[in-house]
Amino acid sequence: MSPAVKEVNLEAVAASYREAAGKVKRRVVVCAGTGCMAGGSLKLVEVLKKAVAEAGLDLTVALEPEAGVKDLHLSKSGCQGFCQMGPLLSIEPDGILYCKVHAEDAEEVVRATLVEGRVVDRLLYVNPTNGTRCRGIGDIPFYTRQQRTVLKACGTVDPEDVREYIALGGYAAARKAILEMSPEAVCKEMLDSGLRGRGGGGFPTGRKWDITRKQPDGKKFVICNGDEGDPGAFMDRSVMEGNPHAVIEGMLIAARAIGADEGYVYVRAEYPLAVQRVRKAVKDAEAMGLLGDGLFGSAFSFRLNVMEGAGAFVCGEETALISSIEGRRGMPNPKPPFPAQSGLWGRPTVINNVETLATVPSIIHLGAAAFREVGTEKSPGTKTFALTGHVANTGLIEVPFGTPLRHIVFDVGGGVTGKDGRPTGECFKAVQIGGPSGGCLTQDHLDLPLDFENLQGIGAMVGSGGLVVMNQDTCMVQVAKFFMHFTQNESCGKCVPCREGTKQMLALLDDITEGRATPETLTLLEDLARNVKIGSLCGLGKTAPNPVLSTLKYFREEYEAHVLRKVCPSRQCKALLTPEIDPSICKGCTLCARKCPVGAIEGTRKQPHRILADKCIRCGACAAACKFEAIKGI
Amino acid sequence: MCRTEVKSHQAARHSADNSPQAARHFKAVIRILDEFHRDRSKLVPILQAVQEEYRYLPEEVMAFIASSLRISPARVFGVATFYGHFALEPKGKYVIRVCDGTACHVKGSGAIADELRRHLGLNGKQKTTADMLFTLETVSCLGACGLAPVVVINDDVHGQMDVDGAVAMAKQIANKESM
Repeated sequence: MSPAVKEVNLEAVAASYREAAGKVKRRVVVCAGTGCMAGGSLKLVEVLKKAVAEAGLDLTVALEPEAGVKDLHLSKSGCQGFCQMGPLLSIEPDGILYCKVHAEDAEEVVRATLVEGRVVDRLLYVNPTNGTRCRGIGDIPFYTRQQRTVLKACGTVDPEDVREYIALGGYAAARKAILEMSPEAVCKEMLDSGLRGRGGGGFPTGRKWDITRKQPDGKKFVICNGDEGDPGAFMDRSVMEGNPHAVIEGMLIAARAIGADEGYVYVRAEYPLAVQRVRKAVKDAEAMGLLGDGLFGSAFSFRLNVMEGAGAFVCGEETALISSIEGRRGMPNPKPPFPAQSGLWGRPTVINNVETLATVPSIIHLGAAAFREVGTEKSPGTKTFALTGHVANTGLIEVPFGTPLRHIVFDVGGGVTGKDGRPTGECFKAVQIGGPSGGCLTQDHLDLPLDFENLQGIGAMVGSGGLVVMNQDTCMVQVAKFFMHFTQNESCGKCVPCREGTKQMLALLDDITEGRATPETLTLLEDLARNVKIGSLCGLGKTAPNPVLSTLKYFREEYEAHVLRKVCPSRQCKALLTPEIDPSICKGCTLCARKCPVGAIEGTRKQPHRILADKCIRCGACAAACKFEAIKGI
Repeated sequence: MCRTEVKSHQAARHSADNSPQAARHFKAVIRILDEFHRDRSKLVPILQAVQEEYRYLPEEVMAFIASSLRISPARVFGVATFYGHFALEPKGKYVIRVCDGTACHVKGSGAIADELRRHLGLNGKQKTTADMLFTLETVSCLGACGLAPVVVINDDVHGQMDVDGAVAMAKQIANKESM
């Protein structure tokens, strides 16, 4: 047993933070998630500081108990979820949320709200359905129709201040697990809670931990899988950026449960801010005595390493991720043995997803029964979804398992948007769930309660939780091709069914969208999809055909239109379009003929022009140039 | 394989060579290797740090790493070519990354990438302009889906982008650089 480096007194830290916070009259929180930062939120913070100083207000950016009463505490939060309306700025206790706040608005916010106590109406969110202005998150349907538990602290706490996390009860669950609970008891609590892995498969977390716990004593590892690679999913990024200490605390509890003394957080390289915040959180936790030897005065030790991924999607697969940490090509290995038996360096290893680990502290804190109060019997708790695509409110949302799709798309999401980006009533076509491993949900599934079983039953999966809403102008064959292109690119090449199968499937899809397909193409595509699914080594290959199979199942007539009639019903496949000039509209201005890169348009000035079908490359330049909309069919 | 071996010998000669030029060339990689205690399991972070320093992975530097870690150059090459993050060729001063994640894709990122390629005069598999000013890449998802479509230039994220806006940014940079 190593001597305790420093024994942390959580209550004292919390009390001193609360004392300091109590001396602040107002708190201004600027969202510093990736989305809002792209919109200039960091510049906004700097300009705000200047404006506050000019207004003569007393400002603090770091709460210290020994400091006196302050007018204002300015802090940065992680992602607040409503990325589309960013940069976001909230003011407490006034309960105000300002949207799309830019540096030039800072002066007015300070003068009107912070000095005079007035609300700046033009910065409030306008509900697009009835045109009313919403003062704060309590009035905005996007927020009120969610149930944010994992994401709650993201967007309020300062992710770079460990004291604030502790003041909200942080690390108390880890202390409870370490001092008051046996490893068996921790595993049992997790089993009772019914928590299932949020990374895609939905394997019960408690069972995974219990299997690892029962392995012979010795070195064991906990790994946090933050290699969120699914295009269209960003909840793990938000949690790592917005509340990294919850992830660390979850890992501490996992380590206690299985008897591990070392862990890795594997963060995707494309998320530089998440890497930076997690690294800082680990450093702060070490300095506080929350990571290291002899934690909370016990014999329990835990060290944490942060590793940055290097841009390989397949590393999200657990055995591939382990290879990557070991310094090798990130290729998957056959299971069994499972990582629980033989993982990193051949030692028993638990690998959990970011969101799963961030959920763990509240289960230990409030108990399994409280966790089961929301969600469904087999899928308890809440799930975060990244809601994107043709939907009015894009962003990160959290709803209980079992919530129908209709509620997510129309109530939280505010409805489907048409070509012009505005919500319209009638243009819902499909929702793609679970990224390249998932499938499509159609009009018929709008009332299906979303949980692991129901989604599996219709050939889709929760996956990482990407929800991409698509309107009537989307070609489903193109969607399938997009995902096939992605998985084909990311296939590591180790096993033949995935390496060659995905390539051939992509070639068949190319044939379909480019007008070379025959009825046999569809049969071949389906056969091949089934074989790739059965024959591949790891999850990537096993699920890669899902988007194809699911679109074939629900949008077969669209495939058939491409194959049999050589028509793309949503007019997205350019090779199947036949542009024509309507002679009754054409004024003979010659603009199209001049724009055409291949000289496929002929005609004399002031006479209707004509497109030569055999020369035309269907680039659409003519239609884009025509001022009279005389060119149809492209 | 053969080529790698030859290069490895060259690198060994190069590193044995005491010329100031060679010393300068390998100084940074030696510092990085020391930082990671020449631990071969840290190969990925070592290559990341090296790429940060050199902006890509020069072949002779990879061979140098291999001999320093006492692993085969093939293994270093294998790792370097496996991960999308590693570049074996020098990149331009401005790296433009067009996100082609699902959300960006359905909102028209393909057209942005195509137009940028045309504007920058990139042909076939060419990614970097001849003047080494721009490198154009597509990435699978930057996780900023709420801002789709997204274009990142070096570390600056530009959300809700369109074809004209992306080309205008490229023009602006080119103008600034030519002054």
